[in-house]
Amino acid sequence: MNAFEYAAPRTLDEALSILGEHGDDARVIAGGTALVTMMRQRLVSPGYLVSLREIPGLDRIEAANGDVRIGALATHRAVETSPLVQERIPVLAETFRRVASVRIRNMATVGGALAHADPNQDPPVTLIALGARVALRGAGGKREVPVEDFFRDYYESALGPGEVVTGVMVPRLPASSGAAYVKFLPRTADDYATVAVAATVTLEPDGERCRAARIALGSVSVTPIRAQGAETLVVGQRLGVDLLPAAGEAVKRVVDPLSDHRGSAAYKREMAAVMVGRALTQAWDAARASARGTR
Amino acid sequence: MNRKIRLTVNGTARAVEIPTYRTLLDCLRNDLGLTGSKEGCGVGVCGACTVLLDGKMISSCIALAVSADGHEVTTVEGLAADERLHPVQQAFIDAGGFQCGICTPGQVVSAKALLDTIPNPTDAEIREWMVGNLCRCTGYYKIIESIRAAAQRGRV
Repeated sequence: MNAFEYAAPRTLDEALSILGEHGDDARVIAGGTALVTMMRQRLVSPGYLVSLREIPGLDRIEAANGDVRIGALATHRAVETSPLVQERIPVLAETFRRVASVRIRNMATVGGALAHADPNQDPPVTLIALGARVALRGAGGKREVPVEDFFRDYYESALGPGEVVTGVMVPRLPASSGAAYVKFLPRTADDYATVAVAATVTLEPDGERCRAARIALGSVSVTPIRAQGAETLVVGQRLGVDLLPAAGEAVKRVVDPLSDHRGSAAYKREMAAVMVGRALTQAWDAARASARGTR
Repeated sequence: MNRKIRLTVNGTARAVEIPTYRTLLDCLRNDLGLTGSKEGCGVGVCGACTVLLDGKMISSCIALAVSADGHEVTTVEGLAADERLHPVQQAFIDAGGFQCGICTPGQVVSAKALLDTIPNPTDAEIREWMVGNLCRCTGYYKIIESIRAAAQRGRV
């Protein structure tokens, strides 16, 4: 690893001012699972690290205006085991549980993972399907960006110079909704997905026809993606034998996977269609159960 | 770019001056002489460097030592007390939970963290918790048996 200056300020304002002063040479560090690994491999060599770890309250997970607000410094394990998240957004707790190992989940933070912008990560996929927003803060003030617009390219996000992720806001699903996260993991339990899909389905009052759906995929492109073509196909429909293959075909047209040791591009494209079918089925079943519960 | 940090390691206050780029693992091994924790993969995947930071298991090979400033670290050297092995260590011996031994410090520390959190884990909970603790001798069954035995001993 290269030599660097290190600061662990106690306030966000102080962190922002150090970042402003050092420009591109400074990087934000939280859990360090991504950054330290990249520094050890000499993929990045920042001259200044600004740790957010000592800023009090940045790890809070709380209900806020109908959303669940997860602070940037909350660890993956904290989200997975949060009673609030488990009760309000069980699919999100389950998604975080699928990341790496308990040990890594104890270290890796929610904000750090978003800022890292690796298209193979699990949480962004479910956050996109849930319509979550990333909260950012920079010298110019605060802003929010929908998670689906946050990722720009491999390891590139909408974060501006000197800006940091402060949290993520996750809205509650409407009544008669269900959600699912499906991670295709043919190798080891702690691996990145070969293909990952999250889906949410909201049903009409009849408890059968789809009123709204969101479908997102990971590990199939340079960023996690939303499959709006497939969403349009399923809205207004009942879950029938023809629907899932049609949705799968629509998804195959928007994925652009890389061939690697987790599978060839052609294989991943086929599996994306299969996994979308499974995610939609699970989300639909959960939505039906939710609709029955409210009637 | 050296930094003086203070840590509590296995219950003892330690102060050490280190370069900022020192990993916690290298700090423990090279600056504090605690060579029980091993470096396997160096990227947080294999579990050989597992230590507890404020009671939670982490990969010390991808943690910066400066980030542990002011915190508590427990390594495998901190498990035995008064010449008596920790129940998890004894169970690994009794049930044959290791072969070559390189992964054992990480396995034992992870298993201790498990039993601190879930005193009576199911086999599924043991397996899920121990994901990412690789054994090159592939002695996984005996490792699970050892943890089961340690949990049962805790119940008596």
